[in-house]
This record gives sequence, structure tokens and C-alpha cells, in this order.
Amino acid sequence: MDVFFFYTLAAILVVFAVLTVTAGNPVRSAVYLVSALVAVAGLFVLLKAEFLGAVQILVYVGGIMVLFLFVIMLVNVREVESQQKVGPQWKTALILGVVLSAELIFFIVQGTASLDTKLPGQGIVVQAQTQNTESVGRVLYSTYLLPFEIASVLLLVAIVGAVVLAKKEL
Amino acid sequence: MITTTHYLILSTLVFSIGVVGVLTRRNIIIIFMSIELMFNAVNINLIAFSSHFQNLNGQVFAIFVITVAAAEAAVGLGILISLFRNKETVNVDQIDLMRG
Repeated sequence: MDVFFFYTLAAILVVFAVLTVTAGNPVRSAVYLVSALVAVAGLFVLLKAEFLGAVQILVYVGGIMVLFLFVIMLVNVREVESQQKVGPQWKTALILGVVLSAELIFFIVQGTASLDTKLPGQGIVVQAQTQNTESVGRVLYSTYLLPFEIASVLLLVAIVGAVVLAKKEL
Repeated sequence: MITTTHYLILSTLVFSIGVVGVLTRRNIIIIFMSIELMFNAVNINLIAFSSHFQNLNGQVFAIFVITVAAAEAAVGLGILISLFRNKETVNVDQIDLMRG
């Protein structure tokens, strides 16, 4: 069952990722990206990270992609469509991408054996009896409390920055 | 049997697709979306390792990556709006004020 779900979600993800990059219209590109992100959320659930699957849908699909669609509506799409889709360097970029992925896959396959070694017993080990959300919350609010607070400051800075940048005149 | 390596290879593919998107496309909005694709590839990696080592650090880190991605999208799209107001274009080839 795991195998079926993995390959289905992986196929959806790769196909929609390619469509995102190749679509002519930015609105279509955004819709394809939403499908790809939902597939990523499915993969998270498959990896037993249910909380992150939910966060992925809420934050990415519900938040970031709506923001993208708003911006696409604000800028003139008609003007965009008349322009050429890709730059003159697309052949070089494609070759680079293929070489990059081939290289990474080669080394990942080479290093498969090293994944079997267990790390020394440090870090937060998943408790089997607690739920994923509960254990993530415990770690987030104890070990990672300071980074968590810094992340909230970062979000505040981003809100203020986005408002200042998008404002007509200060 | 699906191993961690499967997830790593999948994330490699998605990351490479994102890289090719950033390098080839001229529309800045689609370039942003390709960057989001790369963020997601990284998150798949983190969660796959988290599940592999039965360790929650990876999942917490993925939450921070999502936070930074949200902040990046908000600021980036703000820049894009003000850029469009000044230059009337979303084509990165026409945004060349720094060219000497």
C-alpha cells in the first residue's frame, strides 16, 4: 500500500512540478504548483509527519499560493503573455539541470549503505505512544523555544517589510 | 518497500526542476514559484531523514523552513509589486538598472 501511494504521489508531484515550470500563463503555473504542493503534503503524511502535512496545506496552499494569485491579478497578465517565455540560455540551463540531478542521484545511490548506520543516541527520539502533533509541539516549545520566538520576529519583520515595499508612498 | 533513498531521489528531481525553472523562465512570478518548489524539495529531504532516524529535529526544522519560505514570499512579492509599479514589467531581462 505504501509503495502504491508513494509512486502515485511522486508521479503527481514530478508531473505538476514540470508543468509549473513550463506553463505559459502564470495563473496556470500557480494552479499546477498548488497540485504539486498537495502531493508534497501527501508525502509528509506518508512519512508519518501528519502535523507538517496539515501545515503544508494551510500555509502553502491556503496562504502563500493565494498571495501569489493576488499578485498575478495585480500585475498585468495580458502584457506578460505576449513576451517570450524562456531566455536564450535555456539549453545550457536544461543541460545543467540534468547534470545536477544525475550527479545528486549518483551520490545518493552510492551513499545508500551509509544510511543504515545508526547515529549515536542523541536528539529527540519519537515516542511511539504519543501523537505526531503532540511530540512536535513538545520539541518546538522546549528545545527549540528560542528559534521559535526568533521565527515569530522574522515573520513580523516580513509583514512590516511587505507593507512598506508595496505601499505607494511612505 | 519504499526506503529513504526513494524520497531523496524524488526530492532531487523536484529540486532540479526548480533550478531549471529559475534559470530558464523570464517571468519573475514563475521564478518565485520555482523557488517555492525548491523549498519543498528540501522539506521532503528533512522529513525523510526525520522519519529515517526516528528523530523529530528534522520536522521542527521543516517548520522553520516553511516559516522562512512564507516570509520570503511576502517580501519578494512586495518587491515585485513596487517593481511593477516603477518598471511596468515582470520580465527579468528588462530589469537591468544595475547594468553599466
